Amino acid sequence: MQLPIYLDYASTTPADPRVVKKMQECLSLDGNFGNPASRSHAFGWKAEEATEEARQYVAELVNCDPREIVWTSGATESDNLAIKGAARFYKKKGKHIITSKIEHKAVLDSCRQLEREGFDITYLDPDSNGIISPELVRESLRDDTILVSLMHINNEIGVVNDIKAIGEITREAGIIFHVDAAQSTGKLPIDLSVLKVDLMSFSAHKTYGPKGIGAMYASRKPRVRLEAQIHGGGHERGMRSGTLATHQIVGMGEAFRVAKLDMDEDNKRIEKLRDKFWNAIKDMEEVYLNGDEISRAPGFLNVSFNYVEGESLIMALKDIAVSSGSACTSASLEPSYVLRALGLKDELAHSSIRFAIGRFTTEQEVEYTINLVRDSVEKLRTLSPLWDMYKDGVDMDSIEWAEG
Amino acid sequence: MAYSKKVVEKFENTLNEPEKNSVGRWNPSDSDIGTGMVGAPACGDVMRLQIKCEPRNNSHVISDVKFKTYGCGSAIASSSELVDMLIGKTLEEAKEIKNKDIADALDLPPIKIHCSVLAEDSIHKAVEDYESKI
Repeated sequence: MQLPIYLDYASTTPADPRVVKKMQECLSLDGNFGNPASRSHAFGWKAEEATEEARQYVAELVNCDPREIVWTSGATESDNLAIKGAARFYKKKGKHIITSKIEHKAVLDSCRQLEREGFDITYLDPDSNGIISPELVRESLRDDTILVSLMHINNEIGVVNDIKAIGEITREAGIIFHVDAAQSTGKLPIDLSVLKVDLMSFSAHKTYGPKGIGAMYASRKPRVRLEAQIHGGGHERGMRSGTLATHQIVGMGEAFRVAKLDMDEDNKRIEKLRDKFWNAIKDMEEVYLNGDEISRAPGFLNVSFNYVEGESLIMALKDIAVSSGSACTSASLEPSYVLRALGLKDELAHSSIRFAIGRFTTEQEVEYTINLVRDSVEKLRTLSPLWDMYKDGVDMDSIEWAEG
Repeated sequence: MAYSKKVVEKFENTLNEPEKNSVGRWNPSDSDIGTGMVGAPACGDVMRLQIKCEPRNNSHVISDVKFKTYGCGSAIASSSELVDMLIGKTLEEAKEIKNKDIADALDLPPIKIHCSVLAEDSIHKAVEDYESKI
């Protein structure tokens, strides 16, 4: 076993060796380096063939028409294009948009920008398990609602929204439904021939592909229309200009092909490791699982270790790469807005760690981490005045804390 | 967080050998103990500093220190750093310790300066508490 151990697969994943091989073939003079938009020679034709094959693989994973896939630079750009593109195109129809408080910043910041342009945004509250209920979406619809944007799998807690049920509601009301599925590919099956989703965002690097490439699904039936956000050459049917990055696209295509192939087996193994991990720590005192225990994607384990601050735990878990909802690990010095939206007390948000297991995680690595977590939490509690108070039976809510 | 080597070392030593590094607590109602607790759980850091004092000449001298800290690595390192600074000092000298002294000693990154401010506050609170007993 090699140290450090990578348990941050929700943040990014290493590219699969099969992906790397494919990408390397698209760079040098003796490889497939041409511009897919070059129509006048074989270099261009060959490159176009490769990007179209990749488009086919992406489409196959989510069961849509390849013509419904638009290449972007990543899920952030897909979110921007879907949300701002749809809102600006349909602004004459209405100015109300619905999203949730626990979306990725790419969605929230796009919505903030639209607010500055005069749109009216409703930010839905998830329930305490992190789920946005279809009923809540239905109740929040207005006559002037034009767009609903919700994530499939939450990136911090791994909780899964019922996008099938929500799609039924939005389609019936004639409202565009955008789903950020950056975390979903390879983790959950997605069937866009059944789902009533109009726009969907994908990322390559969360699914063992390269960074810097993503895709957006734009439904053809019914046809969703967008105002382009990047102009210059009319690539991707005018929706996203810019020379196609052949090696990146081929990498994403291969990553999604592999995801379809390996998904079932990967997930079985990852689920087993996740359960093993949780079962080995859940007996500890004052340890809480964040997010719904049932409606959850494989690999996510977001846990709060009460009376231990998350960043200090990360430091103690030297050689384990994880992330925390603690303020001290963020530039803003605010604890995780996702965990707060779930109604978690700030101190539990400060005490949270996200372990994200992935394709290359081994049983040995999980066992090593379990032991280190148990030992480190115990040591940090020895250092914690709050742990003393908890053990002494002091009611910490009754204390008037001197703010530092 | 890119911490200095000093913060990492201080943190790890404190974590692995808590007693040797003055982690602990005394009964706060003992007459020779001053206790200062600062911060708040909701903010992500709470420090409890205790000083044991004895009268000497016309002043009082800190003869021993204990602390416990809930917080990020630099908060724990800052309180641990305080221990070395406080032992042997008179109350007057202790009150002269500034957050900058702690931040400099540990090379704290700018975003973590509040940890040293908290540490300075804990000294004042502990000294105040002891002085109220004499």
